[in-house]
Amino acid sequence: MTGNGFWSMGGYARFVWPCFALAGAVLGWNLWSARRHHVAARVRAARLLAMARQQP
Amino acid sequence: MWTWFYKLASPPYVYGAAAALAPWLLGGSAICILYGLVAGLAFAPPDYQQGDAFRIIYVHVPAAWLSLLTYIVMALAGAIALIWRIKMGHAVAAASAPIGASFTLLALVTGSLWGRPMWGTYWVWDPRLTSELILLFLYFGVMSLRSAFEDPARGDRAAALLALVGVVNVPIIHYSVVWWNSLHQGATVAKFGKPSMDASMLWPLLSMTLGFMLFYGAVLCMRLQGEVLNRERQAKWVREAIET
Repeated sequence: MTGNGFWSMGGYARFVWPCFALAGAVLGWNLWSARRHHVAARVRAARLLAMARQQP
Repeated sequence: MWTWFYKLASPPYVYGAAAALAPWLLGGSAICILYGLVAGLAFAPPDYQQGDAFRIIYVHVPAAWLSLLTYIVMALAGAIALIWRIKMGHAVAAASAPIGASFTLLALVTGSLWGRPMWGTYWVWDPRLTSELILLFLYFGVMSLRSAFEDPARGDRAAALLALVGVVNVPIIHYSVVWWNSLHQGATVAKFGKPSMDASMLWPLLSMTLGFMLFYGAVLCMRLQGEVLNRERQAKWVREAIET
């Protein structure tokens, strides 16, 4: 496939590329969201631990 | 075998296993997706009827299969949690729901973008499309139901029940193109006998599918770690894990 042919996708570029872009966005969102979920849980657990230590 | 099964009920074991597995699954997923993208976009020949528009298959089909697989995992985990009272089952189900919903949405939107040039419309109330949309609503329902209760244990049980009831939709989605007259094409890869795709088109598709499944495994492990920490934050092992 030539360079121009590749990007134009035989005239279907406006349907093909948004699909791949959206797939990339979904994969990226899942990674970011899972990481954030884990970090937030660690922060909450650490806060709880700190509060428990402060109590006499 | 049963020892291994019982180990899955232990939160510290699940947390440790998920942490160890996630990078390997993510690495494997990146390799498969990269190969699938290069082979599918640059080297696979255009379809004789659909031209280059057929390349949407490389994201649409893996996303659609993953939407079904994730739902089955979620329902099975819910069933295990309900029957054997294994709390980790609820954690797996809770971690799976947002991942499954995002891939169902991806399957619907990419299908819609594929439908426009092939069918002349973005949407039609076809059995396959409608049942997949119901799957998305089921995911939303399971997530909403889990967070609708003040008592998290009741929310978990209600969500598991809804997931179990909704699993009836999975065979409906799969066989919808067989049972009813459908605009959606029939099985191309997952049919008995020889798939009706050339190997140069099939291998990138299988690679992308494996990549998406490994990605699901990796993200599930990452989410599961958060779920386990949230559910076990009072436990002694969590304090030790946080301190180290």
